Amino acid sequence: MMEWTNAIVQGILLGGLYALFAAGLSLIFGVMRLVNIAHGDLIVLAAYFGLTTTVLLGVHPFVALLFVVPVMAGLGYVLQRGLLNKTLGDDILPPLLVTFGLSVIIQNALLEGYTADPQKLNGGAIETASLQVGGLALGVLPLLTFGIAVAVIALLQWVFYATSLGRGFRAVSDNQDIAQIMGFNKSHIFGLAMALALAVTAIAGILLGMRTSFDPSVGGGRLIFGFEAVIIGGLGNLWGTLAGGVILGVAQTIGAKIDPGWQLLAGHIAFLVVLAVRPNGLFPRIDH
Amino acid sequence: MPAILSISGLSKSFGAVVVADETSFDVQEGSAVGILGPNGAGKTSLFNLITGTLRPNAGRIEFGGTDVTAQSAAKRCKMGIARSFQVPQPFGGMTVFENALVGATQGAGLSGRDAQTFVLEVLEATGLIDKANTRAGSLSLLDRKRLEMARALAAKPKLLLLDEIAGGLTDGECVALIETIRNVHASGTTIIWIEHVVHALLAVVEKLIVIDFGKKIAEGEPKAIMDSAEVKEIYLGVDPDV
Repeated sequence: MMEWTNAIVQGILLGGLYALFAAGLSLIFGVMRLVNIAHGDLIVLAAYFGLTTTVLLGVHPFVALLFVVPVMAGLGYVLQRGLLNKTLGDDILPPLLVTFGLSVIIQNALLEGYTADPQKLNGGAIETASLQVGGLALGVLPLLTFGIAVAVIALLQWVFYATSLGRGFRAVSDNQDIAQIMGFNKSHIFGLAMALALAVTAIAGILLGMRTSFDPSVGGGRLIFGFEAVIIGGLGNLWGTLAGGVILGVAQTIGAKIDPGWQLLAGHIAFLVVLAVRPNGLFPRIDH
Repeated sequence: MPAILSISGLSKSFGAVVVADETSFDVQEGSAVGILGPNGAGKTSLFNLITGTLRPNAGRIEFGGTDVTAQSAAKRCKMGIARSFQVPQPFGGMTVFENALVGATQGAGLSGRDAQTFVLEVLEATGLIDKANTRAGSLSLLDRKRLEMARALAAKPKLLLLDEIAGGLTDGECVALIETIRNVHASGTTIIWIEHVVHALLAVVEKLIVIDFGKKIAEGEPKAIMDSAEVKEIYLGVDPDV
């Protein structure tokens, strides 16, 4: 029994990481209806930026965030205004194709720059530290990851619903033409949304890199987890995305408990079941 | 008085459909101008050209002495042009308060408490104060029309474009609306108003412009325009109810 409880608790904590993978994806789709196929590779890119920073400066990965977050945010703004804005329109195909191409480019650039060898961010003692809670051994890093995920989602929620920038996001998402007549510069707002999304991606990448080893090819899997968390939780609902991540994480750890080979399969099955039973996700936004 | 809006030789067509044909007119600062014309005459397109959501094929739009023909809609909003839509288009997912707040922060350039206080004043004046926290998407048609007005007013525009704001209102509501628009006008805002409810229009405006097939066919003092044979034939002849 204890083993199952443990599997569920570990799954919940893992869900925090998946929610971080998903939050940026959810935000971008919510604001500009852009499905970013390169999202997983951008997470991996952030992990590599983290690797370079920790190696060059000899700092802890958490300190590297101070560098990686602004770099990814800046990259997001430039990417959006320089490339992705030009693909947005009535047709949803161009952004899919362009971000798919971007995914291929990032993977190959990483292969060229860092080789295909698996890498890992060295988090030091925190990686193995754990707390004993009621007979369960909870890793400090997974706990911290979950806490960061909750904080990030709360922050995004606050930005969306209590700031002028968030009103801009919602106005542009609601009706682009009217938003422009009301003085919002659509290109700039989209750029800021991508910057914010990639700032979250940077955090996700660093935490991923501390948790497991990574190589240039793992982006696709992170993208799938992110998508699944968003869809399970319901599009456009950030807290739903966190719940989606948790459900996906728990399904995976329970699957792994039954048979180690079933970890990924169990997650995908949980996703398909939700999609079949509740196509709009468990907690769809009720705005419209 | 100098012209706040000066339009010269403005032309726009979609294929064979001409919505503006060499249109030229000036609007004096602080004045109130009405625009009449049958359905499809190009009235709403004219507003789209002035706000910048449509680009003209030819011609020039000056606002406050500056050529804005090439400026974006967002830029023109910040310069002081605001409009309401014939078919209300609120940001449905936001509350009434937030919708108006967008106007106050983007158009009027207010922030923080100043913006909130001003928005409350505007909601009070437009009769929406009780619905401040209602989601705009769930408003009735009348309240949506009020919100169109409120959002535009919250932008503290120098030039306010009203597109058929009185249509569908009861007589009592119409009187209240006229009062609101008069107050806005009295505070120095220049108004251009497209309206089929002619008695409401005549209660406010000092000048009428009549357009048909994108062409300006008459311009002048309201009474003279309404009495002119040309307008009676082209405009009133098409719509005997008015």
